[in-house]
Amino acid sequence: MAEKCKSVREFVSEVKAENIDPLDILEKAVKECEKANQDHEAFITLRGSEDTIRDAEQIFSGSWKNLEVPFLPLTVKDNICTEGVRTTAGSKILENYVPFFDATAVRLLKNEGAIVIGKTATDEFGFGTFCTNCAFCTPKNPHDPKRVCGGSSGGAACITALATFPHVALAESTGGSISCPSSFCGVVGFTPTYGVVSRYGLIDYANSLDKIGLMGKSVDDVAFVFPLIAKKDPKDSTSVGLENRKNAIPKPSIKNMKFAIPTECLDAIKDEKVLNVFYKFVSELESEGAKIMRVSLPLIAEALAAYYIIATAEASTNLAKFCGMRYGYSENPEGKHFDEYFSEIRSKAFGEEAKRRILLGTFARMAGYRDAFYLRAMKVRTLVIKSFKKILKDADFILYPTMPVRPPEIQSVRDMKPSEIYAMDVLTVPPNLAGLPHISIPAGNADNLPVGVQIIGDHFDDMKVLKASNEIEKMFSEDIVIRI
Amino acid sequence: MKIEVDENTVKKVAFLARLKLSDEEIRKYAEDLKSILESFHTLQQVNVDDVDPSFQPVPIKNVTRDDEERESIPQEVALSNTSNKEDGYFKGPKIIEK
Repeated sequence: MAEKCKSVREFVSEVKAENIDPLDILEKAVKECEKANQDHEAFITLRGSEDTIRDAEQIFSGSWKNLEVPFLPLTVKDNICTEGVRTTAGSKILENYVPFFDATAVRLLKNEGAIVIGKTATDEFGFGTFCTNCAFCTPKNPHDPKRVCGGSSGGAACITALATFPHVALAESTGGSISCPSSFCGVVGFTPTYGVVSRYGLIDYANSLDKIGLMGKSVDDVAFVFPLIAKKDPKDSTSVGLENRKNAIPKPSIKNMKFAIPTECLDAIKDEKVLNVFYKFVSELESEGAKIMRVSLPLIAEALAAYYIIATAEASTNLAKFCGMRYGYSENPEGKHFDEYFSEIRSKAFGEEAKRRILLGTFARMAGYRDAFYLRAMKVRTLVIKSFKKILKDADFILYPTMPVRPPEIQSVRDMKPSEIYAMDVLTVPPNLAGLPHISIPAGNADNLPVGVQIIGDHFDDMKVLKASNEIEKMFSEDIVIRI
Repeated sequence: MKIEVDENTVKKVAFLARLKLSDEEIRKYAEDLKSILESFHTLQQVNVDDVDPSFQPVPIKNVTRDDEERESIPQEVALSNTSNKEDGYFKGPKIIEK
């Protein structure tokens, strides 16, 4: 076991006080990431020491003590564009794509001194619950390498769990891609309110659902970095930011904080050990004075269906741009009819799940079916948002386990039917469909596998969710996080 | 409504989506789509009368920028991610038949 990892906050203050040499930390980060890549397949692309040290030297040449996170090692999910660094979205169709710009979230962190170490593994275009649909690798769970990391931000959760250097990961969630791997790998994963972090430079899956967020070893690491990316961006027409929102929360105290637990969410849990960890977590909260309310969150099965219709419908239009021209996988188009050329490229370079989702989404938008599927799903979303809002009128937060199971074995996932895999998203989809800020934090473990709980707040209560989670984290001693 | 998904449906959808599928893939995806849509049948049972659709989860106003000339990316940068180019243009398959 390595020495205790410094928090991002401690790292920044010690770097500024010149108590530690950031180059030493950077070297350690690069080495550990290389090892995580060999042993756990956490990365699709690593930048290596030469490039990262060059970045560090550039930061040194400026007034770096004024920056918010100078020299902080950052990893970026590979569906988020990084200037000059290959960005594949986990797909063969973008195997050699090198963006000439940074996504806004990446740019904002780089402007404050963060250094990109590598691009983390993802299911192809985010299409997956277990990170077993990546064209290049299958990340292995740090707690048991036979098991999945969870998806789609599997590589991000993997390196966050393994890292003994200060670090945050930029991840992304459409229907649970931050919460699920955070729960499975025993780390903290925060998904902001829809629109609070700019989607500019994100290789989109579903525009009305995609959210860029953060993972870290602690709530404090995430809460320290999050305000730097929660900014309105003129380059994203759906960006709303978090500035000018009422986020002045009086010092939060767990005493009298009201948590609503929906019965339907507990009924959906297949693994009794997940429930046991959850009940123990809840009783600890209660003993600290928190108020626990049992509530009903109807329509979770319908939310799952609505989510898959909306997500695949939007994905099928978004993925129309990949056709072997301008960027991405291509062949010689000469002598071919355009329909033939585009179809051939797409069939060769999209993976099995990407094709499935394109087919499902195209079907849901087809004449004759659009009203029964796509439009109906959008209306169900309205009902789901309403039922959340109703609960959040009386409660501060909604609380339930993040996933209905603990991380399954990679081989058993390969034997699952698509509809069985989609059903695993039943607990992560509702807050994602509703665009509500939510966090997954480690709640304990069963048989040495981590179990996470999800804390959901109202729209734009992002800081409230983070501050409350921070208090909860302080309440639990470190023993709920399994040492690797 | 009754939803029929068979291999012909998949062929039709695949053409619309510009996917060229093998017979084996058509058979497999027809089966998958059928079971996925069956598992989503609850969607059809929700009463959505008088419910407005939420195209976004939060209310969002459209944002426009001033219609002013501004710097664009250089042509060679735009072309840097493809080998299918000629004289500063993207080169694609033929659209108009002779």
